[in-house]
Amino acid sequence: MTTPMPLRIFEHQLVAYRRLWRGTVVVSFAQPVLFLLAFGVGIGALIDEDVAASRRIGDVPYLAFVAPGLLASACMVTATVESTWPVMSAIKWSRQYHGMLASPLTSTDLVHGQVLWIAFRSMITAVAVGLVLIFPDDTRSVGLFGSVLAGVLTGLAFGVPITAWTASVDRENLFFGLQRFVVTPMYLFAGAMFPISQLPRPFRAIAYVTPLYHGVELSRGFALGTIDSAAFVHVAVLSAFVVVGYLWARRTYPRRLSP
Amino acid sequence: MNVALVSRIVPVQLRESRRAHHMVERSMVVYRRGWVMIVSGFFEPLFYLLSIRVGAGKLVGDLDVGGQMVDYATFVAPALLAASAMNGAVIDSTFNVFHKLRYAKTYDAVLATPMTPGDIALGEIAWALIRGVIYATTFAVVIVVMGLADSPWIVAAVPIAVLIGFAFAGVGMAVTTYMRGWADFEFVFLATMPMFLFSGSFFPLSRYPHALRVIVQLTPLYHGVELERAAASGRFGAGSFVDAAYLLALGAVGLVVAARRIERLLRP
Repeated sequence: MTTPMPLRIFEHQLVAYRRLWRGTVVVSFAQPVLFLLAFGVGIGALIDEDVAASRRIGDVPYLAFVAPGLLASACMVTATVESTWPVMSAIKWSRQYHGMLASPLTSTDLVHGQVLWIAFRSMITAVAVGLVLIFPDDTRSVGLFGSVLAGVLTGLAFGVPITAWTASVDRENLFFGLQRFVVTPMYLFAGAMFPISQLPRPFRAIAYVTPLYHGVELSRGFALGTIDSAAFVHVAVLSAFVVVGYLWARRTYPRRLSP
Repeated sequence: MNVALVSRIVPVQLRESRRAHHMVERSMVVYRRGWVMIVSGFFEPLFYLLSIRVGAGKLVGDLDVGGQMVDYATFVAPALLAASAMNGAVIDSTFNVFHKLRYAKTYDAVLATPMTPGDIALGEIAWALIRGVIYATTFAVVIVVMGLADSPWIVAAVPIAVLIGFAFAGVGMAVTTYMRGWADFEFVFLATMPMFLFSGSFFPLSRYPHALRVIVQLTPLYHGVELERAAASGRFGAGSFVDAAYLLALGAVGLVVAARRIERLLRP
């Protein structure tokens, strides 16, 4: 039996990653761990002293509140990086995609391979953060398995549409804009660090439509064991981002890569 | 002017530097096309400070800092300004310098003219400082507009940010001359990220375990944060001189090392 085409692309990525993974450890792993220490432990100590503040985050230690949020955010960051610079490089600079298209691979295979890759990289990040969360008493729970899955879905909800968009733009300077005006604000406001009920009403409405909010809620629901029927909404919204992104990529890839 | 001041502090290595301003001019020409990025730098501090005000600030409430109750956003804002001065200087003096040193071979071309390694070191650091002034000014404006500064001394925040930038640009450039490849840049993150989070920026020094307190006090960013906080609250003390001297010394040492190393790397 022959290897399915998208898996071959995945294999290519994996071979490259075997040499490059060290460079991603800091962003994917050290950064969330340091943030956990600073926010969960450091700022957490300031917050946990305050009964009213503890009530606002659901009567749990702040570390337990923020950790699953940071897990989902880390997946967002990883997936965003993987679907901007490397994709642009494969199109424009290293031109790997053109090499691949000179083989029996089609642009549809390239899209499938990229989706697999985003899922894989998000999973590595989610598992790495999840492993760290086993150590503190406040965050250890079986629900972390669910949080990891939520992280992967969050990564896909970002990575797939961003991949489609990357294939449709020409200037890599736009990536700084994406980072500064989309990713960073979500990190800061979409519920990872504090409950969005603290946001003024119009901004709360914006937070509800961001994929990160749903990823964070899902991840947190699993980790704290507070998951309820709203989880279906979260999964539906995240899946919608993945599906729309996928259909979009199926259009932008052939358009960009056709000779 | 910065360039003149700097060369007076470290005269030995940089004696032969006469034309550093050409290096700055070159950078200005390059950045004429990148001004949108510089302008959009205004939003980054705005987002962070807003997030802290509506988010963590509401959860933490007021902090007891040296016997005074301080609103959390007011506590964090000057620290973020110091951190952004550090980050800007580090990115400029590591990534950008490394690219020019190893890939674009910009410095080889520069040295083919009457310019010297000292000109390069000074010119590049001067440019990093000029950008630092732009960023720090926008940041300070955001702080004032959000009502997070209690004192007119906030105007000192900009020169202090330049001092922080000088310290980190000097060290960053010196370190960059030892880098072997892009993979080594991980160490840059490994140095700046913990400093950003643990230099007394987000919670007061008194909250750290005793042993860690000493380590925190040794980091340059801690001293930058202390200075910026003094500026925002208008309470400078004897310690402020120590903070400033430490940063100045660090930058000067970095500058000397960088000039020497560029000499060795590029002049066969």
